[in-house]
Formats: sequence, C-alpha cells, structure tokens
Amino acid sequence: MVAEQYIPVLMLLGVALGFGALFTLLGILLGPKRDTAVKKMPFESGLPSTGSGFKRYSVRFYMVALAFLIFDVEIIFFYPWAVKFREFGLYGFVVMSIFFVILVLGLVYDWRKGALEWD
Amino acid sequence: MLIAFYIVAALAVASAFNILILRSPVYCALSLVGCFFLLGIIFILLNNEFVAVVQVLIYAGAIMVLFLFVIMLLNLRPDSSPRSLKFGIAKILGIGLTVGILAQLIGVFGSSAAKLGPMGEYSAQRVTEEGSLEIVAELMLTEYVLPFEIISILLMVSIMGAVVLAKKRPPPEEEESQP
Repeated sequence: MVAEQYIPVLMLLGVALGFGALFTLLGILLGPKRDTAVKKMPFESGLPSTGSGFKRYSVRFYMVALAFLIFDVEIIFFYPWAVKFREFGLYGFVVMSIFFVILVLGLVYDWRKGALEWD
Repeated sequence: MLIAFYIVAALAVASAFNILILRSPVYCALSLVGCFFLLGIIFILLNNEFVAVVQVLIYAGAIMVLFLFVIMLLNLRPDSSPRSLKFGIAKILGIGLTVGILAQLIGVFGSSAAKLGPMGEYSAQRVTEEGSLEIVAELMLTEYVLPFEIISILLMVSIMGAVVLAKKRPPPEEEESQP
C-alpha cells in the first residue's frame, strides 16, 4: 500500500501545524494586550504603509511565472525517470538529456532576448 | 483508510465551499490551493502517487501561481457588492447544471459498471502492486518515448511564445508610476 508510506508526512504536517497553532494560541491567551497608538506603529526598519495592498502588477512578473511553470512541468517528467533511474541506466539518461537540452534551448532563447533581465 | 478518506474529503469540500464564500480573489485562490492539496491526499489514499504529485506540483504549485499572477495583473479587488438572494438566470442555470452533473455522477457510480475490477492492461490492482510512478516511467521511456520528446518541443515553444507575447508591450514606465 502506498498510503501507509505517507503516514510520516502526515505526522510531520500534524507536528508543524500543532506547533504553529500552539504558540499562536499561547501568545493570544497569555500575552497582555494593551494596545496604544505608539505600539501599533511599525518598528525596526518598518515604514507606515501607504495605499492599498491591491495594486496592478507589471506583466514582467508574469513572464517569470511562465518560465517557472514550464520548468515545473519539466520536473513532473523528471520524477518518474528518477524513480526508475537505475533500471534504465544510460538509455534513460540519453532520453532525458535530449528532453532537457530541447528545454534549455527555450531558456537560452529567453536569456538572449533579455526576458530574464528586469529592465 | 475509509475514515481518512472521509476526513480529507470533508476538508476538501469545506475548502471548495470557502472559495465560493470569500470575497477577496486572493483568498479564493489560496483556498483553491488548499482544495488541490487535499485532492492530492485523496489520490495518495487511492494508491496513485503520480497523480498526487501532479496534483500538488502542477495544480497547487504552478497553476495557482498563474492564477495569483492573473489576479494581481488584473488588479481584482475584493468584491464589495452586497450579496443578493435573488434568483437570476445565471443562478438558475448554475443550479440546473449542478443537479445535472450530480445526477450523472450518481448514475455512473451507482451502477454496477463502475465497480473496480481487473479491467484492461493497467488495472487498479496492477497499479497498486507495481506503483503508478514505476508504470508511468516504464511507458514514458519505452513505448511513448517519441511523444515524450515531442513534449519538450511543445514546452520550449511555450517558453518562447510567452517571451514573444509579453515583450511586445511598450516599456512599462507608466505602469510602474501609477499610484
């Protein structure tokens, strides 16, 4: 059964959530709450916020996101190969190398066109 | 195992319901991430690791990043219109569609044809025994190796296409300086 292998993941998730919840709750329950205007000011290199958090973002972020998406899809194809890496040996390596080189051509194109530059 | 499924399924439905209730598109997107993640757990409970990994990496990871970026690019603000309980044509159509899909699902899964059994070359038993990742790897690297290599060309073209489309815009000075 596959699902049993994931019980440690579940336990880790439980511990992580538990710790987060525990200390947040302890802070809420035990910490004194005496807010003053001065206390609510940003401190240590913080600045008072201006305007709304909802702002139109530049399309350049989207290009980075698309590049990320492509390589995320690539990882999906690498994953089954990684599981069967030893069985396929050199043949698998060559097949994946062709796959990878073609994808890197796309990355090189991005690079040459300056899509990875911010300006 | 069944109890785990019920817990995860209930959480998935709850987070899907959350998407409908929340007013801010960013919160909706994050709720959808949670929903996809829980669906990934359901796939693991069904002994299908590959689909679970795809669900988490592609849907919860990549697709939702794109969703969030589209939300930020379009500058969608939280919906502040008052909620109305009036039944417009859109709501009636939506309810009709939902009932139709539900009837279809009950029809398919209620019938005896949906019982899992050793059907086809890659039956549920075989996938459970050998592991979905192993089977996918074998097929991907032997029988379907040419389509697999062609996928890389498709991905390469989409990287280039994104650059071509996005680079055509004028220098984004005005965009940045707007308040």
